[in-house]
Amino acid sequence: MTGTVPGPAPTFLGLPTAPRGVGHLRGDEPFPDAARTALRDGQLRANLGHATSTIRAKRATVVGEVPDWEQLRAAGKALKAATMARLDEHLLELETRVTERGGTVHWARDAREANEIVTRLVQATGTHEVVKVKSMATQEIGLNEALEAAGVDVFETDLAELIVQLGQDKPSHILVPAIHKNRAEIREIFLRTMPSVDADLTDEPRRLAMAARAHLRERFLRARVAISGANFAVAETGTLAVVESEGNGRMCLTLPQTLVTVMGIEKVVPTWRDLEVFLQLLPRSSTGERMNPYTTTWAGVTPGDGPQEFHLVLLDNGRTAVLADEVGREALHCIRCSACLNVCPVYERAGGHAYGSVYPGPIGAVLSPQLTGVEDNASLPYASSLCGACYDVCPVAIDIPSILVHLRAEHVEAQQRPTPEGVAFRALAKVMADPRRWRLAQRAARAGRLLARGRPTLPAMPPPLSGWTRSRDLPTPPAETFTQAWVREHGS
Amino acid sequence: MTSARDEVLTRIRTALGDGRATPADVARDYRQADDRSPGDPALLDLLVDRLEDYKASVLRCGPGDVAATVARALDDGLGTGWAAAGVLAAPGVPVEWRPDGAAADDGRPPGQLADVAASVTGVAVAIAETGTLVLDGTPLSGRRALSLLPDCLVCVVEAAQVVGTVPEALRRLDPVRPLTMISGPSATSDIELERVEGVHGPRTLLVVVVTT
Ligand code: SF4
Repeated sequence: MTGTVPGPAPTFLGLPTAPRGVGHLRGDEPFPDAARTALRDGQLRANLGHATSTIRAKRATVVGEVPDWEQLRAAGKALKAATMARLDEHLLELETRVTERGGTVHWARDAREANEIVTRLVQATGTHEVVKVKSMATQEIGLNEALEAAGVDVFETDLAELIVQLGQDKPSHILVPAIHKNRAEIREIFLRTMPSVDADLTDEPRRLAMAARAHLRERFLRARVAISGANFAVAETGTLAVVESEGNGRMCLTLPQTLVTVMGIEKVVPTWRDLEVFLQLLPRSSTGERMNPYTTTWAGVTPGDGPQEFHLVLLDNGRTAVLADEVGREALHCIRCSACLNVCPVYERAGGHAYGSVYPGPIGAVLSPQLTGVEDNASLPYASSLCGACYDVCPVAIDIPSILVHLRAEHVEAQQRPTPEGVAFRALAKVMADPRRWRLAQRAARAGRLLARGRPTLPAMPPPLSGWTRSRDLPTPPAETFTQAWVREHGS
Repeated sequence: MTSARDEVLTRIRTALGDGRATPADVARDYRQADDRSPGDPALLDLLVDRLEDYKASVLRCGPGDVAATVARALDDGLGTGWAAAGVLAAPGVPVEWRPDGAAADDGRPPGQLADVAASVTGVAVAIAETGTLVLDGTPLSGRRALSLLPDCLVCVVEAAQVVGTVPEALRRLDPVRPLTMISGPSATSDIELERVEGVHGPRTLLVVVVTT
């Protein structure tokens, strides 16, 4: 399977990025081209606008209820930074605890290896079908395709993922992956693909949800193997946690004999107590609920309750390359709440598919290019107006705008020649270095245009995308980091 | 050949470098507990308010009326005239809480629980601020499949089990037990963001709060 596609250049310190030719971290076309296509889709824009504004409002209400939100947010950020600084030790502790509790831990260098491990584990059970609960990591590595190639039928059980799978489509949002489909389209997909569906099915959401319930019920009851992701894994206790709404997660985590969980290595947290922070931050930021309907936690195997065989696959796939970048590593703190998508003016207009990766929106713009190496997702760091809204809502306070600027500099440097873009960056660096000029630039809100000048694609975008650069305020400039880096890399 | 494990660990060490920074202490200056102690009447009110906001139905009763109140809850959930044979209680649920004729879970294969109309369980702890009930797999809470497959779930919460905040609840729980945190019936908003209660988990959640 290897060898046909040249790997991306190793980054910084020689750590390998996610391999090409497997998984879903790279799009078929650069962001501006894909965004242009999306902008022509009025239905998509209307759905997205409705979705993002509704979730934004819910989030704001429930976050406003919490008097110590900023303290929780600061604790979340500090916990993630502390975890990354000792990542190897926490993973080893997690491995020990999970093993003590009857689980088996596997390590995967990349997508291909993870897919091979999971395929082998499934085949060893003798089954030809698995039920699956929505997981970003397994989408990232293209696990469904790998299993299907090995003759295993994969049933996505999250309603939105089911819609996406049955429609042979791609997810477009982390939290509500089928948000680009309306009820009439969903009804049509169900009528076409669910063998035993009632022909009188209407497009009422309740009826559609009940059709999905009926479709999956029997599969849950007969499934022998389930595959999940994990939101958190506690090193000191070996406890895994999955946060969900529909109960499909509970079905997968409770009923089958064998459970295989695939988890990015950055999901570990050191102590049980740390969950008191994240279980407050995540639901309010994500669905805008005080708490999501269901959270399941388990440690290894419990006799008489749930799967009696448990495998945990720890996945690198470019994460260590991200960890090597002192600025960019903050992207590994992400708890996948999707709040940054919902506030992003670019995401709201372009939609999730334009990002080409399973990680869309602001977090995708900083995570995907780092996982793949910036040359493989070169347009993504520009898929932002640097307005700073993503940073403000992020429950773990990831400074996405600063990472974007950092990656743009890295991309420019990678090109190793004086481009118009390089000139624009040089000018921006100057402006950022001078507080008076920076304020002027902010007032005039022209810095975005300055940034984009070197890229023929960005200014060519039709309205309303052209509006970002006209009307966005830039965040407080990350002047120090950026300027210092610039001077170091290019001279002043 | 190096194992994947060794290689990933080596990569992490390379990425972090030799002079890795000692992580700063995490300031836990967020609220560690509610001002009100567990079971405080104001906390019970808050819990009830939050549960109802998530479309759970709540009934309150005194310690002597639990079985009758559970039966009334089942009238709501299953319609009057429900058959006690279709109701299964977690093995540790006290007999005084069980409606007449309802049996205790006998450990039958989990798939058979799908044919049970309703289940009755206790909880390990309840969180007022978030409207959350936590089941911990002990005999009082029952195994996970019991609170999952029957379409109607009745949870009995005792006042002293109700804490204000998430940190207080986690301190009371054993992290190696299989835990289920339940906040309202299962729900989806995947279709045009319209909330539909009850997808794969129980479509009806009924809560009996026992006050002293
Ligand atoms: S970057 Fe922050 S806001 Fe965006 S998905 Fe991750 S945790 Fe949520």
